[in-house]
Amino acid sequence: MTTVADPLLSIRDLEVTFTTEDGPTTAVRGASFDVMPGETVAVVGESGSGKSTTAMAVIGLLAQNGHVSGGQILVDGQDVATLGGAGMARMRGRVIGMVPQDPMSNLNPVARVGDQIVEALEDNGVARGGAARRRAIELLEEAGLPDAARRAGQYPHEFSGGMRQRALIAMGLSCRPRLLIADEPTSALDVTVQRTILDRLEALTTDLGTAVLLITHDLGLAAERAAKIVVMYRGEVVEVGPASRLLTDPQHEYTRRLLAAAPSLASRRIQLARRQGVTSAVGDDLLAMSAEPSAGASAWPQAGSGEPSGGGDAAPIVEVKDVSKVFTLRGSGLFSRGQRFTAVDGVSFQIPRGKTVAIVGESGSGKSTVARMMLDLIPPTSGEITFNGRAVGGTDRAAEVRFRRQVQPIFQDPYASLDPLYTIHRTIEEPLRAHRFGTAAERRDRVHALMTDVALPLDLLGRYPAELSGGQRQRVAIARALALNPDLVVCDEAVSALDVIVQSQILHLLADLQHRLGLSYLFISHDLAVVRQIADHVCVMERGRIVEQGTVDDVFDRPQQEYTRVLLDAIPGRDLQLGLEAG
Amino acid sequence: MQRLALLVPTLLGLSVLLFLWVRALPGGPATALLGERATPDAVERINALYGFDRPLVEQYLTWLGQLLQGNFGTSTRTGRPVLDEFLVRFPATIELTLLALVIAVGVGIPLGYLAARHQGRALDHTTVGASLLGVTIPVFFLAFLLKYLFAVQLGWFPSAGRQDPAMIATHPTGFYVVDGLLTREWDAAWDAVAHLILPAVALGSIPLAIITRITRASVIEVQNADYVRTARAKGLRPPRLRRRVVLRNAMLPVSTTIGLQVGLLLSGAVLTETVFAFNGIGSFLANAVFNLDYAVLQGFILFIAVVYAVVNLAVDVSYGLIDPRMRVR
Repeated sequence: MTTVADPLLSIRDLEVTFTTEDGPTTAVRGASFDVMPGETVAVVGESGSGKSTTAMAVIGLLAQNGHVSGGQILVDGQDVATLGGAGMARMRGRVIGMVPQDPMSNLNPVARVGDQIVEALEDNGVARGGAARRRAIELLEEAGLPDAARRAGQYPHEFSGGMRQRALIAMGLSCRPRLLIADEPTSALDVTVQRTILDRLEALTTDLGTAVLLITHDLGLAAERAAKIVVMYRGEVVEVGPASRLLTDPQHEYTRRLLAAAPSLASRRIQLARRQGVTSAVGDDLLAMSAEPSAGASAWPQAGSGEPSGGGDAAPIVEVKDVSKVFTLRGSGLFSRGQRFTAVDGVSFQIPRGKTVAIVGESGSGKSTVARMMLDLIPPTSGEITFNGRAVGGTDRAAEVRFRRQVQPIFQDPYASLDPLYTIHRTIEEPLRAHRFGTAAERRDRVHALMTDVALPLDLLGRYPAELSGGQRQRVAIARALALNPDLVVCDEAVSALDVIVQSQILHLLADLQHRLGLSYLFISHDLAVVRQIADHVCVMERGRIVEQGTVDDVFDRPQQEYTRVLLDAIPGRDLQLGLEAG
Repeated sequence: MQRLALLVPTLLGLSVLLFLWVRALPGGPATALLGERATPDAVERINALYGFDRPLVEQYLTWLGQLLQGNFGTSTRTGRPVLDEFLVRFPATIELTLLALVIAVGVGIPLGYLAARHQGRALDHTTVGASLLGVTIPVFFLAFLLKYLFAVQLGWFPSAGRQDPAMIATHPTGFYVVDGLLTREWDAAWDAVAHLILPAVALGSIPLAIITRITRASVIEVQNADYVRTARAKGLRPPRLRRRVVLRNAMLPVSTTIGLQVGLLLSGAVLTETVFAFNGIGSFLANAVFNLDYAVLQGFILFIAVVYAVVNLAVDVSYGLIDPRMRVR
């Protein structure tokens, strides 16, 4: 019999080992923490920290090559690590439930959503047949899915991301587990959707008295949703404590770095801090101590003068005037006309020379379409974009070549945007070759200089993208973008795929390069917290229109539009007080 | 509906290619029929009889016109209408290919599934190795091998034909197995089955190997999918997990493969039927090639094309049944 004081889940010296081609790798080492009944505990860390592995060990769903190689996982005092396949299977659903990370890939694509809940109810002996069917609809309603009775008969591909995540919550809680593992349950969703989903999840688990093990990389989100936080780093638990204490008085060095890097918590703009001489909490010292090569630190010449060349008063480098883009959707039938869809609707803004303009918005807001028009990848339907006083998208071949050299993109996915068959040297050299820059020796010197600029060691030049970390790849992408000395860099979600600390490093790198080279940025992001750190000027887009624009301080501190306020409120951890900030 | 409408131009184009290709074969039907030492006179008479002396375009249009009326032309070798020749031999080939398909699907899917479940272990390695052998071994060689081993040496199965010549059986439909069952001549039905087994195994070997490999690869991929892990997390019991989640998703690429194999089966039947002296369309076609029997060649290849197209259309439709994302709105 358990008493109130006994933990529901107690992890003791947990060790998880994966068998790889290079021999066994320990992913979790000596991890220990407790979850009390009804308590929400967040496990925070970057990718590879072992936070998800710990969660999967608890529910017995480690990948085939992984196993618990030491310690105990006690659920109600019983060690589930020794239960074996069949015993563990009985725990899942009724004792331990799960809400997974990516709503797009976690529903069975060939079964109706309602049936996917019914089968869980039936196999766990909760309800059968018609009763199970009715219960499934109740559960979907409970998870906040509108029109649940009709929706239950639909397939996952007919659902939006938010609706799918609601279905997955209904599924995870369907058999009323006592412990729910929520593995980054909303990181794939837009911020406003994220917030409503997390609110619903919190309300439900509080009502049901379900304990929650919340896995997240976002310290702000963790602090907002959990009473207790477990910080993991490279397979080890480095700090455990109440959320309030961790935020105000972090004990471990890594927690401090995580706190400083958390975009949702950072309020100071990088450029501003630099100009004011404030040493940012994640300054160069972090770059030096990170997993990234330390050679980079010394390769950072400090700029002499305070203001980058071409200050704020010169003519804007880019002017976007009343630009619209209308797409014609493919007709569904043989004779039906294609529908017209206005992706961008009368958008106007300017990019001052040497400054960063950010466009924020949720998926479908048209922000990426603006970026593609800025890069002259698609023509606008109406309106005009001028770059350095000249209209973009003319038929003049020489002008186009010049434009391509002056405007460079950095894309979201450093895994997909680098050619896997090119070495790093070849990748960075590619634009130089394409624009017939100098001799081979001159190009090599330029590549070496660029590597130094982005703080990468030269011995990476012979490697292939697959051998680099995500942060290193994004640095390569930046080096490639800078190869031709562009004036404008279009960053389309350039840091969205990166872990918070790496993200912070890249943002600092971008800010420093802007400072030294006088670059202008068009920064496209769905993440307001990131935008706040990097941008001078912000445009908020909703359904193809710019609903609000202004300086970062104006938009963030004095939002005029309701939509902007909703977006800002949705940033997790926005209202939290930080010990670091006080100083 | 669009897909069905697309069939018409496809088949028309094929008929032109086919017509030209058959006529590009060296020699002519008259020489093939009369022999090398036939007089030019005799050759001319034969050509005039079948219209081979007319311009190509006229010949094509005549053939097409007849085709639309259900007339496939006349065999130069037997002098009988091609359609009649087909209808007599058609049931034999259908029986053979169907059984081959049943073997390929019925053994291939479970075998591929088991191999995937035991990935990296002995059963998996054996299956992968055997299926590689199955794909690479020539059909006629396997056919000879089977015939020699199981018919000649061991005597378990008959070595040729569709039925024991000594057996007196009635054939109302031409499908010998069905006939045996219908007329309650059990010994005749069994005899027909026994005659089918070796050719069907030989014919089914390549599709069997391919289906096994595709099933294995597909199951392995699906097993590692996020939704399978989530299904386990919600407490599904293994039988439902395998049936509803893993197998159903894994069947998507397999069903496409099965459709593609049907064409292979029909053309493979030519070799198998020849080896086993199995009196179906295949062996008839093989003779038609040697005799440059234009009408038979054209009719048969067009027939295969139609069957192939229809089967793949059926597969596409069934794809929609398995995968709701594929349903055309």
